[in-house]
Amino acid sequence: MSLVKIYVSLKKGVLDPQGVTIKKALESLGYKGIADVRIGKYIEMKCDGVNKETIEQMCDRLLSNPVIEDYRFEIEEVK
Amino acid sequence: MKWGVVVFPGSNCDHDCYYVLKHIFAQEVDYIWHKETHIDGYDCIILPGGFSYGDYLRTGAIARFSRVMFEIEKFANRGGLVIGICNGFQILLEAGFLPGAMHRNKNLNFICKYVTIRVENDKTPFTNIISQGRVLNIPIAHMEGNYYADNAILDELNRHNQVIFRYATVDGRCTEEANPNGSIDNIAGICNREFNILGMMPHPERCIEKRLGGEDGRVIFESILKWWEK
Repeated sequence: MSLVKIYVSLKKGVLDPQGVTIKKALESLGYKGIADVRIGKYIEMKCDGVNKETIEQMCDRLLSNPVIEDYRFEIEEVK
Repeated sequence: MKWGVVVFPGSNCDHDCYYVLKHIFAQEVDYIWHKETHIDGYDCIILPGGFSYGDYLRTGAIARFSRVMFEIEKFANRGGLVIGICNGFQILLEAGFLPGAMHRNKNLNFICKYVTIRVENDKTPFTNIISQGRVLNIPIAHMEGNYYADNAILDELNRHNQVIFRYATVDGRCTEEANPNGSIDNIAGICNREFNILGMMPHPERCIEKRLGGEDGRVIFESILKWWEK
C-alpha cells in the first residue's frame, strides 16, 4: 500500500489574493520578516499498485489544473 | 430551435434558463441530465450556473467529466451552439472547450450584483444584434470569476477577436474600478475560435424581465434566434 502526498500550488506569476491576505493577517499578529505567502492544496491518497506515471496522470487530468497550477508529490510505502 | 439545459448535481440556474426559454421566448426546451448518453436534435445547449459537485476540488473540475460532456463535445465539433453561464463557463474551461482558467475573486468575496459589460465582438451568434461597444447591465453572482490566461493565450484571444464581453464602466471604459473580480484584461466572456461556444460569467437569464430588475440579457438570446433564422 502506498501513501501518496500531493502538493498543488498556483503557478508562479499568478496573483494569490488569499496568500496576500494571510500574509497581512500574520503581520497584524506581530510576525515580521515574512516575504511571501502562497496558499496551495495538499492531497493525501492511500492506494495500491500505482507508480509515478499514474500519479502524474491523475494530477494532469483531475487533481490539478495545468493552466494555473503546478504540482509535486511523494510516494511512501506504508503497511 | 431546440434548446437543451444541462443539469449537473448542484446546478441551480437551470430553472431560470428553462423558464426564460420556454415562457419568455416560447422555445422548445428540455432539461438534459448530466448522465445522458444521447443528445440528438438540439440546436443550442446551455450549461447553467450553480455549484456543480459543490465546487469540490475546483469549480467545474468534476462536472467536466460527466458523461454528457462527451456528447456535448461531439455536438460542438459539429457546430452546435453551446453557452456556459457562470459555473457553465467554469466547466467549459476545465473541459478545455475554452482556453484559460477561473480563479478566486481578487477581493476573496462572493460578489452578487449588477455589473456593466461591454460588447467587444458583435459578429457572433450570441451578439449579432448588439452593436460593438454597447454596454449591458447584467448581474454576476460568483466567488471564482477571476479569469486567468497567460500571455500566449491572451494574445490568441485578442488576435482572433475571441473576447466577447469585458467589464466596463457605464460609459464603456474598461477600468480597474469596473472590474469586479480581478479578471485579466477585464474579461467577462469569451468564445472559441469557431465562435460556436460562448462562456460568460454574468447571468443573462436573470435579467430578461424588467419587473425582475432589468432586461439587458434579452439581446443575447434574441441574437441567437436571429442568427438561427439566417
